[in-house]
Amino acid sequence: MTGSHKRAGRVAQLAVLPLLWIALAASVLWPVPGVEARQQLEREPSASYASPLELLFSPHGERLYVLCQGSDEIRVLDAVSYTVIKRIPVGHIPRGFSLSPDGARLFVTNSWDDTLSVIDTASLAVVATWPVGAEPSSVVEDLAGKRLFVANRISNDVAVLNAETGAEDKRLPAGRGASYLELSPDGARLYATHVYPNPSPYRTAPESEITVIDVARAVVVDRIPLHGIAGVFRATFSTDGRLGAVAEYHPKNLVTLAHLEHGGAFEDTITLFGADVGHTVEVPLDELERFASQPFGVAIAPDKSRIYVTSGGSEMVTVIDVPRLMRYIHAHPAPFVTDLSASANYVVSRIAVGLNPRGLAVTRDGGRLFVANRLDDTIDVINTRSNRVTATIKLDGPSSVSALRHGEQTFYTARYSFQGQIGCANCHIDSTFDGLQWNLEPDGFGRNIVDNKLIEGIKGTEPYKWTGTNPNIPTECGPRTEKYFWRSENYDDLTLADLTVYIRSLNPRPNRWKLPGYELTRAQEQGKAIFERSVDKFNKPIPESNRCVFCHSGPKGTNQKLSDVGTKKALDNPGLFKSPPLTNIALTAPYLHDGSARTLEEIWTIYNPQDRHGRTNDLAKDELNDLIEYLRTR
Amino acid sequence: MKKFRAMAFVLCAAILHCSVSAAPLQPPHMPQFRFENFTTANGLPNNHVFAVLVDGDRVWAGTEDGLAVYENHAWKTYTTADGLAHRAVLSLALDKRTGDVWAGTMGGLSRVSGGRIDSFTQLNSGLSNDVVYGVSVENESVWVATAAGACRLNLRTGSWSLYNERNTPMVEIWAYGVSATPTKVYYAIWGSGLLEYDQATGRWDKYDDPDGENEMVLFKDQGLIHEIVTSVSYVDNIVWAATYFGASRYDGRYWHNFLTKDSGLPSNFINQVKGVDARRAWFSTDKGLAYYDGVNWAVYRPSLKDGKPEMTVRDAQGAVSAVPVTTAPAHNYVLGIDFDGDDIWVATAKGLSHGIRQKQ
Repeated sequence: MTGSHKRAGRVAQLAVLPLLWIALAASVLWPVPGVEARQQLEREPSASYASPLELLFSPHGERLYVLCQGSDEIRVLDAVSYTVIKRIPVGHIPRGFSLSPDGARLFVTNSWDDTLSVIDTASLAVVATWPVGAEPSSVVEDLAGKRLFVANRISNDVAVLNAETGAEDKRLPAGRGASYLELSPDGARLYATHVYPNPSPYRTAPESEITVIDVARAVVVDRIPLHGIAGVFRATFSTDGRLGAVAEYHPKNLVTLAHLEHGGAFEDTITLFGADVGHTVEVPLDELERFASQPFGVAIAPDKSRIYVTSGGSEMVTVIDVPRLMRYIHAHPAPFVTDLSASANYVVSRIAVGLNPRGLAVTRDGGRLFVANRLDDTIDVINTRSNRVTATIKLDGPSSVSALRHGEQTFYTARYSFQGQIGCANCHIDSTFDGLQWNLEPDGFGRNIVDNKLIEGIKGTEPYKWTGTNPNIPTECGPRTEKYFWRSENYDDLTLADLTVYIRSLNPRPNRWKLPGYELTRAQEQGKAIFERSVDKFNKPIPESNRCVFCHSGPKGTNQKLSDVGTKKALDNPGLFKSPPLTNIALTAPYLHDGSARTLEEIWTIYNPQDRHGRTNDLAKDELNDLIEYLRTR
Repeated sequence: MKKFRAMAFVLCAAILHCSVSAAPLQPPHMPQFRFENFTTANGLPNNHVFAVLVDGDRVWAGTEDGLAVYENHAWKTYTTADGLAHRAVLSLALDKRTGDVWAGTMGGLSRVSGGRIDSFTQLNSGLSNDVVYGVSVENESVWVATAAGACRLNLRTGSWSLYNERNTPMVEIWAYGVSATPTKVYYAIWGSGLLEYDQATGRWDKYDDPDGENEMVLFKDQGLIHEIVTSVSYVDNIVWAATYFGASRYDGRYWHNFLTKDSGLPSNFINQVKGVDARRAWFSTDKGLAYYDGVNWAVYRPSLKDGKPEMTVRDAQGAVSAVPVTTAPAHNYVLGIDFDGDDIWVATAKGLSHGIRQKQ
């Protein structure tokens, strides 16, 4: 964050402090109404902030394209003067963009309305908007200009489109949460990464991959395994195509998350691949006291002398000396990912930048590095010789930091945790979930494995935690988080209130299993009838407490009460678990409190032998399928 | 009367003599192959090969002990340790759009994509049953034949549709084979004839043996040869159906049936049929591999008498000739065949055979 912007934010916060003290005093007795009061102070919706996520230079470097996720637009800047040439509205929550090889067209994926905007770079106007897959997150055109490849986060695939018409030809299975694409410099291979781990056996290390696509044939030809990785973000190549790198999270979810000072919860790493290294090499970015939390963007200097990595939680760019890194790798062939002393051998600088830095772009001469700071609406310009920020471009937007915005900043930063190791967004990637199961200390070492849940739409579904021990979000995110996760400073009351405002504001993304108009298919209708039935197939009444609709009642699918559905395991302390909301349940595998059910089917085919989790054992296989089809619409 | 009988005998003898002497000296040209056989001795994980799939330069073999792929003159085997649903692979299908290979096993359905295996079972997915006898991919649908009915996986939505006695004319639910095309999908049902799904209307139809569930054929070419259908292949708008009691060809109006007694089939016990086009088809039987070119037949096998390589040709008149060969498929018990171009690959009970087409 620039000094001036920080000051502006602070001034705005101070201006509302008297009112907040009143609200927070009330929140001592009624925490949630206190948050409501804070919400009422909202003047500027978060969407009006630019929230720059990705950057792109025009082929000759005279323009800088900025993907502004918060304001649903592409801003076109003069790359020298940094003045805005044009603001181009696109679809809702754009997430990725790329230029055609000739630079004539700019493609933008709009992740929440499932469209692709095509911008003519001569007129700087949207010339087409094509429907694409579920939550499109990035797009790349092949060098021949014939095909577009689009990574769809929700359907876990890469769609192949006709580059002229946008007509979809086929979809290729990718990793879970397929999100980012990178074309090799020669255009022969496309590399796809994904933000959630692939399904793997219960309580085993997460597995991820880099999906390798043969561009000419448009088929998957390889999957580079990333063992122990959950959350893979941007990828990049050296200009000679011999060195590739991806930014990633390496969680330590198989051991108890007890003391950040005793080993931590995440390693922040990049994985190198390609001819220069021969095989994949995972490289830690962290150093004691200086963690590089939430690696996201990665770029390699044109002369291959440096690798740059943004860390969204640590608000910095890590600069790696490539020759030194190569020497270190060759001298240390064994895995060294947990060695916090390793990075001192190749990290030459850690540059403080703005809030939640994400995408980055290097000028063609390698002299300047541009970094998009998503949560303070700035772009930092770094001189790559001095490794210093030489300019900060402020994007137009609200002049003050709203409570909601402050809450979002708090959610993503790692500054509150011991040594700045983790933030909320480490486990709630892009404010969702991480697909992992954790062992948390307050439940006892090695006991009570819990599946991490989606936090969209959790407003009004209290109590929280699988055991329902946290009565509201301030308790969940305040004392409990501070004591058991951060192990460091507490939030001040204002920050906690704003964090709560942000979390309560997270609305569910559109459900992709619902038909337009929210009509149900025949299978979904039949499943709904099973969900709501009061007698089984033998006309025997089903006790009210054992009907699906009893525990999963209301618009969010929870009665907010604890139940024993027969899923208690030997290492679980209680047998009572809160009925989880059903919001976008199709996205959030695995299931049950401990994530032991890998799919929705397994909840009933494996973990409901006594019919305690609803009466289901009278159902034929096709009827169970219908029930699941209905649940996917929730 | 005696005189009449003598004349009739002479006439019959003359006719028989004419028919033999009218047989061409040279049998019709039928494809000839040099067979190279693969067993555990040269890389195959198991000699029991249930299915084979040719995928460009790669050949996939579904064996009793894993899914093997032959590429660059070497075998690689995928096992349950790699994520395969079960060690016994019964059926194979290629998604030509994505290059993914689908394997039906004794314990579920597996997809091999870029080296990663995703497995679907009756417990972790909507698959109707873990015993997957047949699989076929068409556009964004994977059609599956299982021991508990048919089902379809929509690759776009991940939704499963199940087809059984409750929503189709299927009487038995033992689905043995499937052939999916953009217009029609055919299921071979063991004991319940042939099932047809119309892609345009979404309706099911059924073809039964007009003689019912017995081995008698009252009227030739009246309909499907038998209810126990083991395999189906739909190509060029022609249905080729294999049963344990003969084979059938159906053009949408007329049936034509094949039995050992009136065709070149070496056996009526047929494990698989694979149509080449509207006229030609391959038949995998328990007594060798048979090829039908629309008129003539050829059979490739180790001799049933002495095991020596054997190729016989039967012409339109029923004359059978032996063609000298030095190689044959690995075994008489043939379970499957696939081809891409001139060469054929043959799955047998004792190895996998590569038939390399010989110039004639």
